[in-house]
Amino acid sequence: MARSAMRGTALGQSPDPRVAVSMTVNGERVEREVSPRMLLSDFIRHELGLTGTHVGCEHGVCGCCTVIIDGKAGRSCLAFAVQADGADIRTIESVAGRDGTLHPVQQAFRECHGLQCGYCTPGFVMSILDYLEDNPDPDLSEEAIREVLSGNLCRCTGYKNIVAAFRRSAELMRGSQ
Amino acid sequence: MKPALFSYSAPQSVEEALEVLASDEMARPLAGGQSLIPTMNFRIAAPSALVDLRRIGALNGRAVEGDVIRVGAMTRQRDLERDGAVQRANPLIAEVLGNVAHIVIRNRGTVGGSIAHADAAAELPCMLLATGGSVVARRAGGERTIAADDLFLFHMTTSLEAGELLTEVRIPALPPRTGYAFQEVARRHGDYALAGVCALVTLKDGVCSSVRLAACGIASKPTRLAESEAALLGAPPEGEALGRASDAARDYATAADDRQASADYRRDLVSALVRRTVTKAADRARERA
Repeated sequence: MARSAMRGTALGQSPDPRVAVSMTVNGERVEREVSPRMLLSDFIRHELGLTGTHVGCEHGVCGCCTVIIDGKAGRSCLAFAVQADGADIRTIESVAGRDGTLHPVQQAFRECHGLQCGYCTPGFVMSILDYLEDNPDPDLSEEAIREVLSGNLCRCTGYKNIVAAFRRSAELMRGSQ
Repeated sequence: MKPALFSYSAPQSVEEALEVLASDEMARPLAGGQSLIPTMNFRIAAPSALVDLRRIGALNGRAVEGDVIRVGAMTRQRDLERDGAVQRANPLIAEVLGNVAHIVIRNRGTVGGSIAHADAAAELPCMLLATGGSVVARRAGGERTIAADDLFLFHMTTSLEAGELLTEVRIPALPPRTGYAFQEVARRHGDYALAGVCALVTLKDGVCSSVRLAACGIASKPTRLAESEAALLGAPPEGEALGRASDAARDYATAADDRQASADYRRDLVSALVRRTVTKAADRARERA
């Protein structure tokens, strides 16, 4: 349908076409009808109410909105919800245990003071979690860690403690296996 | 900001995708979305329809066949980077990909998407040009192969025609006695390059029997540095010949001053990067000999 035709809908009606999507988010199946232009980040926050996934820049630079899509970390602001039809999504809400026990990556951020305001933290945690699940025996040199962290921006803590949290995460995750 | 209205389809076959693309000239294919979606979020791009290619199995997969690496257009950049067989056939590919944005972006970004997007500062188009690769373009009722030399016309502009879809990228394996190197300078890790150079140097009896050099970030499209290549051909990859190659590269930097770098600075960068990448590639050629 051409855009001019979509705009031609009656006043008060949404001109957006609707597309049915179903996906698994944090182990639960969800089904919605959404506009194709709804970003996955907005779907997660506004449709599902999972506001732990933060939105910073909406062009893929800051990394705040990182979630795990079919087993790989990805920017939820650089995906449309319709692209995630049939996908398995993990957000920050799934990381801690149901009883509130922190995941090793969260525990490491706490121990190393890897956060201050916390806005960027869910993105860092999801990026690191995905990387360490994929690479259980990572290169722990400063340079290699900074390479992994380069896709996430922090504007208050500084990276020193986040690098330390990455190292501690790797240690704790190895210990918990 | 949020994207403008568009309609959406996710066909199962290349034929169906071509049909939708042919029916609406403002429709665009959606691959990994790592370049297209940000431009849509800013409303720099506003396609009327997106044809999502993710369900088309035929666009996935990769294979090393003799001296060619065939890469399905929808192959994720990170998958190509970590493929052992691809690394053995041409280790340049992983070196280049390590400079493309960040791991999380490469998890979703595709090889075909980056090449069809043809950003003049992007690394993969530069690599395809340096290696002498090509792409396969399908249209209703046929296909053609386009050499990298004929593909990139201008910033974000290729010789792909309306109704054509890039389905496969073909990257030559690293030839014998050949060393490789890619280096770039960017303001921040993961940014597009202010300048980047990809070098392939083949040595025979201590002199260059083949040199291929391409640069990104310095002009309106990825650019072969033909004068620099000519300066090295038949000469040892060092000393006076390398000096001439490095100087000759300066003239290819035609990008105007921008907020990130002046034209003069880009000329200095491309010149220095030619020197560094040729030296590195020659060292690696000697190691392989």
